[in-house]
Amino acid sequence: MNLKVKYFGLIAEITNCSEETIPFSKHTVAEFLDLIFSKYPALKNKDFKVAQNMQLVNIETKISSAEIALLPPFSGG
Amino acid sequence: MKADKKIKNVFRQGAISSEFIANSIAKHQVKTNIGAHNIFLGQVRADTIKDQTVAAIEYSAYEDMANAKFHEIREATFEKFNLTCMHIYHSLGTVKSGEICLFVFVSSTRRKEVFKALEYVVEEIKAHVPIFGKEIFEDETHQWKINS
Repeated sequence: MNLKVKYFGLIAEITNCSEETIPFSKHTVAEFLDLIFSKYPALKNKDFKVAQNMQLVNIETKISSAEIALLPPFSGG
Repeated sequence: MKADKKIKNVFRQGAISSEFIANSIAKHQVKTNIGAHNIFLGQVRADTIKDQTVAAIEYSAYEDMANAKFHEIREATFEKFNLTCMHIYHSLGTVKSGEICLFVFVSSTRRKEVFKALEYVVEEIKAHVPIFGKEIFEDETHQWKINS
């Protein structure tokens, strides 16, 4: 499946784009992160959360939706 | 009053002006069942970090998720507290130090509810809404803000 992956804040600075399409043939968020870390090694030591279809998920969650976002620490207000 | 079910757009481009806040207060004069308002204004602070002073914060957000979260916070707040109405506005883009980036406005028949509700809303926003602040220093370098 093709994932639409969105990046924000510090994460988008490292990936140098705010959104891209990434083909993904495995299952979990952990496997997705392996793919992301091989593409962007500089993300390995960064603090971020993963959202699937606008809900935060953990590394064991199965990827079932096409929209994934990498969210650095929130700093609104 | 029941919370409005429609997801609203909380974001405004740039700083939230004093005029906007004053108008918002004035609009409530027709709601004469209200006996107490409480307002939180988040202001961009000119922090000094390693000899550099923050001149502005540039806000970005995962807007769809952020608006959905703001909506959840609204619903939860109406469940927990006896409020007449609630308004939330947050800036996107550049807000200079000294300007307002967050405006939360809660109203009730009585004061005790608005004191508790306002703190709850602001803390929920800080913890759960995907908004990202880039602190721009006077020499145009930057760092990404982390809420404390």
